Amino acid sequence: MQYLAKINVMTHSEILDPQGKAVKLGLQNLGVKGVNDVRIGKRIEMTLEADSEEAAKEAIDTACKKLLANVVMENYEFTIEQMPS
Amino acid sequence: MKVGVVIFPGSNCDEDMVHVMSNVMGFDVERLWHKSADLKGVDLVVLPGGFSYGDYLRSGAISGLSPIMDQVREHAKKGGLVLGICNGFQVLTESRLLPGALLHNDNQRFICKNTFLKPASTTYSISSALDADEVLRIPVAHAEGRYFIDAKGLEDLQANDQILFRYSDENGDVNADTNLNGSIDNIAGICNKAGNVIGMMPHPERAAEQVLGNTDGLKILQAMLSSVTVK
Repeated sequence: MQYLAKINVMTHSEILDPQGKAVKLGLQNLGVKGVNDVRIGKRIEMTLEADSEEAAKEAIDTACKKLLANVVMENYEFTIEQMPS
Repeated sequence: MKVGVVIFPGSNCDEDMVHVMSNVMGFDVERLWHKSADLKGVDLVVLPGGFSYGDYLRSGAISGLSPIMDQVREHAKKGGLVLGICNGFQVLTESRLLPGALLHNDNQRFICKNTFLKPASTTYSISSALDADEVLRIPVAHAEGRYFIDAKGLEDLQANDQILFRYSDENGDVNADTNLNGSIDNIAGICNKAGNVIGMMPHPERAAEQVLGNTDGLKILQAMLSSVTVK
């Protein structure tokens, strides 16, 4: 079966995100009011073949842990949906 | 003494390192393509600077999975010497051969300038063979050099004396003002617990010849190699 994984990777909240800080400044210059904090992460979409949803989740988890996220500095989370065949 | 310089797609300091190791220091040098699974019997493996795989995903992340890295891991496990400079340091942390990670500089800039390094370790050769009071002037050139490690990891590095170099001023003072990229504890270079895997952001190979006006980098490379016994 074909699955679609939507993966979000974010730097740990205690680590400074200079990109987010710069974007926050840009938003303030734009006049967007009330912005307290901006943090920027990555969104990864991946399709994969697997025998079951469990197997797909396991494969995605391995991909995240070993490559897509660096758990020393990043968290990850994902959703998964079966694609129409 | 045989030195291997690994070349990933996007490495760009490999030839500088080959030049210094062979023409300046007089070693036999092998260029090791990342897809090769053969270290050709080298004693020291150097992972050079550059932008391997275009820094895609995270600097050093994809290179850490190149075929040659299994051999580099084996080499390190057996006590063989591994040196990662700049992108090479990033590859070593991404491969978990060294603890911690390298993030975007806190000022969001690519920093390309001379900096001063204070040798910090008295335990490990690369640092202890240097005069602890001699501050070294070495260039840096990186956008992702902010060393990060969690509190427990930092405690371990400090307790084991694994911090080799800290960013300092020309007098060797280490403080927030001399921390050019926001690294935790001003860390510019570390080694593993065994001392045979070394990573640093600054480029000693760019400061290894009198004709370039600076040989402080040569001192670092010589100090590192002073402990190596040729097998």
